[in-house]
Amino acid sequence: MTWILALPELVLAISGLIILAAGVIPKRDTFFPVSMACVGALLLTAVLVLGQSEGTALGGHYVADAFSSFMKLLAVSAAAVGILLSLDYNEKEGLARFEFPVLMLLATLGMMVMISANDLLSLYLGLELLSLPLYVIAAFNRDSGRSAEAGLKYFVLGALASGLLLYGSSLVYGFAGTTNFDRLGEAFGDPAGVSPGVIVGIVFIITGLAFKVSAVPFHMWTPDVYEGAPTPVTAFFASAPKVAAIALLVRVLVGPFGDLVGQWSQVIELVSLGSMILGAFAAIGQRNLKRLMAYSSIGHVGYALMGLAVGSDIGLRGLLVYMAIYVFMNLGTFAVLVAMRRQGRAVEGVDDLAGLGRTDPVTAMWMAVFMFSMAGIPPLAGFFGKLYVFLAAVQSGFWVLAVVGVLTSVVSAYYYLRIVKVMYFDAPVGGLDRAPASLSMVMAGTGLFTLLFALWPAPMLAAAQTAAAALLG
Amino acid sequence: MNAVGFPLLSLLTFLPLAGAAIIMSVRGDDAVVARNARWTALWTSLIVFLLSLTLWVKFDQSSAAFQFEEKLAWLPEFGVGYHMGVDGISVLFVLLSTALTPLCILASWEAIETRVREYMVAFLILETMMVGMFAALDFIVFYVFFEAVLIPMFLIIGVWGGPRRVYAAFKFFLYTLLGSVLMLLAILYIWYNTGTTDIPALFQERIPPAAQTWIFFAFLASFAVKVPMWPVHTWLPDAHVEAPTAGSVILAGVLLKMGAYGFLRFTLPLLPEASATFAPLIFVLSVVAVVYTSLVALAQEDMKKLIAYSSVAHMGIVTIGIFTFNQQGLSGALFTMLAHGVVSGALFLCVGVLYDRVHSREILRYGGVASIMPAYALVFMLFTMASIGLPGLANFVGEFLVIVGAWRVNPWVAFGAALGMILGAAYMLWLYRRVSFGKVTRADLRALLDLSPREYAVFAPLILLTLWMGVYPQSFLSFFEASVAALVQRHEAALGAARLAGM
Repeated sequence: MTWILALPELVLAISGLIILAAGVIPKRDTFFPVSMACVGALLLTAVLVLGQSEGTALGGHYVADAFSSFMKLLAVSAAAVGILLSLDYNEKEGLARFEFPVLMLLATLGMMVMISANDLLSLYLGLELLSLPLYVIAAFNRDSGRSAEAGLKYFVLGALASGLLLYGSSLVYGFAGTTNFDRLGEAFGDPAGVSPGVIVGIVFIITGLAFKVSAVPFHMWTPDVYEGAPTPVTAFFASAPKVAAIALLVRVLVGPFGDLVGQWSQVIELVSLGSMILGAFAAIGQRNLKRLMAYSSIGHVGYALMGLAVGSDIGLRGLLVYMAIYVFMNLGTFAVLVAMRRQGRAVEGVDDLAGLGRTDPVTAMWMAVFMFSMAGIPPLAGFFGKLYVFLAAVQSGFWVLAVVGVLTSVVSAYYYLRIVKVMYFDAPVGGLDRAPASLSMVMAGTGLFTLLFALWPAPMLAAAQTAAAALLG
Repeated sequence: MNAVGFPLLSLLTFLPLAGAAIIMSVRGDDAVVARNARWTALWTSLIVFLLSLTLWVKFDQSSAAFQFEEKLAWLPEFGVGYHMGVDGISVLFVLLSTALTPLCILASWEAIETRVREYMVAFLILETMMVGMFAALDFIVFYVFFEAVLIPMFLIIGVWGGPRRVYAAFKFFLYTLLGSVLMLLAILYIWYNTGTTDIPALFQERIPPAAQTWIFFAFLASFAVKVPMWPVHTWLPDAHVEAPTAGSVILAGVLLKMGAYGFLRFTLPLLPEASATFAPLIFVLSVVAVVYTSLVALAQEDMKKLIAYSSVAHMGIVTIGIFTFNQQGLSGALFTMLAHGVVSGALFLCVGVLYDRVHSREILRYGGVASIMPAYALVFMLFTMASIGLPGLANFVGEFLVIVGAWRVNPWVAFGAALGMILGAAYMLWLYRRVSFGKVTRADLRALLDLSPREYAVFAPLILLTLWMGVYPQSFLSFFEASVAALVQRHEAALGAARLAGM
């Protein structure tokens, strides 16, 4: 009866199938009720995750611990907010098809499998279950050339990444004779006796996952896909799957390859440095908000990976806190982006925000909160995210990471400030349409979280601490 | 609990936010909202000021300890707590912040016509951050307030500033941020090495001399930009020129003091050896700042820019005083900080009075103002004289003490500071002559009205303070005597211990 441990995934899978079937039957438009049902299913899953006990199940393929609960809650709530973001947009853009939320739900199921993976095979299964729906929703606006291009690009590069990952896995399997994380950990307990082939395998696995988290130097698809995909899909891409892929990267590296930290730490350090630098400099010239956010997300992944490169429990705690804060402020930012419409047409240029401080002060205020937070200015949440990863880096003597991290955060402050400048200092160029209620709700919720995180940070830190401890055992 | 039985400092810090919340919740047409915003902001800041007078009355001047302390768990497992309190060094800066804010709001009464509500909200948030920064007794809490100041100030310069406001706002923000993040790394280093960020607890720790050097430069990066010291002062003239009058007042009056306060609160007590080692460097930078910026001030055509450069020169005298490490120098530095806060703030207000009427800050645009606006000319002269350091007015006491303190360390440094005072007399008098005296060459100036009752209300407290500080400085000096003595003693003890260890 160990499968009962995987109850959240089972419930989510079954409800996804039921909702899909239920969506087909009626003749009329079922987008809204199906979306609500999907949000409901995700909430139910979140409750089940909260009540989940710890242990391994399904022949060692599945593990549930404090780390998986933390990351799953994050991914599930990000997915639920993602569905909310799409409600109004899809209606207006003619994308209101019931398959959309169901695909997001199935992708979320893939994320949960990834987060709980305890075997290279279940890892791969989860990753593919996540990726396939993502390819489809990236191209969901099939009449738009950009959207189709985004979907295709994402598919080709994603498939390549999966191939690299599989190749790495097979190398590791060849040297260890097992794909189970626990037994891999035992096999690689002594760093001295590990063959270089295993290291090559690990590097391939890192490469495959770096594609998914869009870290430098495997980030090239990100700006194009983010720009081309429908905005709510971009919002979803930048939040939930990122959480899951980071979780997977952390679990693989710290779990089975934990004793080889000396081997992979350098790789992650380079990836982190590259991401921070590229994210800071490449975004400066962007005039399209979605492209800008793509580079910004590359930068943020760099900061989060700093925590992994450090490898200590403080570092992992920093990473978890960073991801949690990032997801919320990112969803808030995208809520503003999704709401940007002028006379019914979606706009996405930085200049389209001009004078928003006068035409729509509330939206502008939330956007300013998110921008200052992303730049890491206290007392907003983003500062605390950076604080904990920098603390970990300083503590373990990773001075290069820490110094480059703070300097790039100053550089990136420039383009976040530019958005504030456009909203507040520039004259309005014809107001944007009023934001629909669902988006205002998301903005207010995530905005309040970002604004008030400083008042009561202890619970989130404690949860992250427990999760990090669970992983390091 | 503390001397007054309720969390006074937290109240002072966060009450302005309540005012801001009230202002934001008002709905109606623009005129109603603007009037409401002005009055709410004024009353909030006045109430905060009156409350802060409790500090003046109840502060125990004989003690060097932190008073009015408050402690709350914030991140208990990390040794970071919400800890507030003031000692002789910080108490008067809390008062300076709470006193200047209502004056600034009053000074912006008519000058700010667009987006009044947002302006007042930004000012009240700014007050929260300033008071919180001076009252914070935890390094992380301090850093949060120290950095958060940037957000409202960025908006104040950028939204309500002059023609080059965008450039000035970005320069201000990025310059200061770059300095601060380096300090953040130093804070993190101290944090994990000592396991605490509580300032009184940190005073008991000894940081190894090798690490002190790096931490010193990280702190210097942050505080030198804030002070600002030569050669990282270039953001200040831009920010001052473009900021609205009240923004300049707060910038000169309070924000520049944050850097000097950082030196006093952190660099000196935490890094005694490094401070002693690098004091000559600070002296050189300060003397260069004093002389160089005074000369630059002589060449300015813009009144605000001139006063901005004079601020850099005055702050150079402050940093000289801080790094003399003796009672006179430190007391003088603190006194100069206060006096400069009042006097340069008042000078910016003086410029604002002319700017509101003529909409030009160009010196050559004026001339003969004394015959048209006699009362204004008198006020302007008083503050000009104070800025020069005329005995009997505020600046004299502080600068004199700094020179005495510097003389004990190195006569050449004292000479440099004195040279700054002489040059200061030159550019300020020249400014005053060109604006106030001479023939009225421009017809439109003849129609200028003298000070309005509102402007009298703004200047009266500043005039009183300037005279008071000049005539009876003891009532201010006595606040920081005990704390400065303790600081000097701790510094010497630490150096003595280091010397013993070295033998």
